[in-house]
Amino acid sequence: MKTNSKAAFPYILWVLFFTVIPFVLVIYYAATSKDTGAITLDNLANASRYFPVLIRSVYLAVIATAICLVIAYPLAFTMSRSSKSVQRVILLLVMLPMWMNFLLRTYAWITILDNNGLINSFLTELGLPKIQLINNSGAVVLGMVYNYLPFMITPLYSIMTKIDKSVIEASQDLGCNGWQVITKTVLPLSFPGILTGITVTFVPAVSTFVISGLLGGSNCFLIGDLIQQQFLGNEYNLNYGAATSLMLMVVVFISMGIFNSFDNDEMEDSMI
Amino acid sequence: MENNVIVRLENLVVKYDDELILKGINLDIHDKEFITFLGPSGCGKTTTLRIIGGFIDPNEGNVYFDGKKINGVPPYKRQVNTVFQKYALFQHRNVYENIAFGLRLKKTPENEIHKRVMEMLELVNLKGYGARRVDYLSGGQQQRVAIARALINHPRILLLDEPLGALDLKLRKEMQIELKKIQQQLGITFIYVTHDQEEALTMSDRIVVMNGGVIDQIGTPQDIYNEPVNPFVAKFIGESNIVAGLMHDDFDVEFANQRFVCVDKGFGKMTPVDVVIRPEDIKFGPTGDNTIDGTVETVTFKGVHYEIIVDVFGTKWKIHSTKSAEPGAFIGMSLNPEDIHIMHKSDAQGFSFSAPANEVTGDENKF
Repeated sequence: MKTNSKAAFPYILWVLFFTVIPFVLVIYYAATSKDTGAITLDNLANASRYFPVLIRSVYLAVIATAICLVIAYPLAFTMSRSSKSVQRVILLLVMLPMWMNFLLRTYAWITILDNNGLINSFLTELGLPKIQLINNSGAVVLGMVYNYLPFMITPLYSIMTKIDKSVIEASQDLGCNGWQVITKTVLPLSFPGILTGITVTFVPAVSTFVISGLLGGSNCFLIGDLIQQQFLGNEYNLNYGAATSLMLMVVVFISMGIFNSFDNDEMEDSMI
Repeated sequence: MENNVIVRLENLVVKYDDELILKGINLDIHDKEFITFLGPSGCGKTTTLRIIGGFIDPNEGNVYFDGKKINGVPPYKRQVNTVFQKYALFQHRNVYENIAFGLRLKKTPENEIHKRVMEMLELVNLKGYGARRVDYLSGGQQQRVAIARALINHPRILLLDEPLGALDLKLRKEMQIELKKIQQQLGITFIYVTHDQEEALTMSDRIVVMNGGVIDQIGTPQDIYNEPVNPFVAKFIGESNIVAGLMHDDFDVEFANQRFVCVDKGFGKMTPVDVVIRPEDIKFGPTGDNTIDGTVETVTFKGVHYEIIVDVFGTKWKIHSTKSAEPGAFIGMSLNPEDIHIMHKSDAQGFSFSAPANEVTGDENKF
């Protein structure tokens, strides 16, 4: 035991300096006044005025996560049932965009969606009117799906490769048609992967500011943008920014709590 | 019973990537029998089973169930259930729900499900295990759940794909007896796949010996053991000495430079044949009239018997006996007429199965 805890020492140090202390600082700044340094709830009260922004962020993140799930789930299932070489090729295609910088990937979408971008110049060429494709929430959701889809595919794929072919054959053997095989066997067995996928997609999506900043413009102002403004923008206000961060953190913690309770329910079900 | 064919396989051919897995399988399976597909890995036994289960469609040939062609009918529409090699239990369901699965799909009333699950738990000796998680069960218990899960659907046929392969020897023997008992109790057809000849001999009404995608022999365990049709079957089912012989006439065979009386006939006069002699059928003692004489080479204690290798002019003979012998001793081996089994000289194909090093191969024994 002793050697084990010693081996973790570098990480403990890391967590202390880069997770625990910053977290304490966030709480400290959120709870103190910018001017006097006295303890106050004003920052939190101010932050809560931006509750609609938070709701919009959650709303868009939920939509993006749902779209990711709908696209990723059938793909992951098909992949897991394919031959090893096909699996490798698809996995490569899924991961390929990830090798490029996140900002670059998002900028690339501007050149596609912009009013003078790829799609609109093509439409003009054809003599058709331009369409507003950028600076709206649709573009933001698209950016989220594009950036976070691999995060959804990977955990689903990895859990589905663990579902043995014979378990699927056993379901067919015992009376499942194609659809029932999915609902009765594949879905419950891949449930932990769905939870992981949702978690790793939803959390970055709900707190993004790059995607909304680049693709959403001023029409799609999200909680991430708000926080970024307080720390890096003109309205520099550490205390207010910290309070907003705390609000977002609470939302993330609550959603994690909900996801994990699903996971536990599932475990208990199987223990009856 | 003999005429009551439940499954007929007609000229089944299966190819994977141009490799022939089944080369024309013809077989009638009778209702309520325990039939075993026996053969080495890659012989096509599991493929044949999977065709009956509906998991593979043959490239050529037909499958009939109760006289109706069932090619292309999906597994869930067949009155057949399978016990899979690796159990394939649903890890997310407990024992009770695993067993109830098939009935739930058929929307069976809850009280009937309960009644039948309880019956099944009793049948497979798992009373009181309903609430357990399946991944906490031992291999043997998981196997029982898999059997109960299949049988609760009252299939006409139960397919078993090497179901005891993962169990230890003692448990395997217990399960063999139990499976046979269950089969007789329920009176349904069991189609069993194994590479274990002893398992096949213990449980089966009939054995189908397969090799390289063809059926070599079909018969009762006694038939297969006592009258193997070719050296492959003889070697696969138990140990044997196989020597070249010459059939002079009915009941009159020559091998090892001796004339013997045997019980076989119908081979014609002066026909070259293969002779199979089981190691346990050979008696030995002092040399005498009509004995095959040789020098004891090695003696190995095997538990229930000694394995004695005797050198007869360069040909090794294997004896299984409760009596031991001294290495180097010159002994005489004698045979009863009914222990001499005559086979037609087989084509080269029969020899594809590699024999243990010590075993006699007929070509060494020249006239």
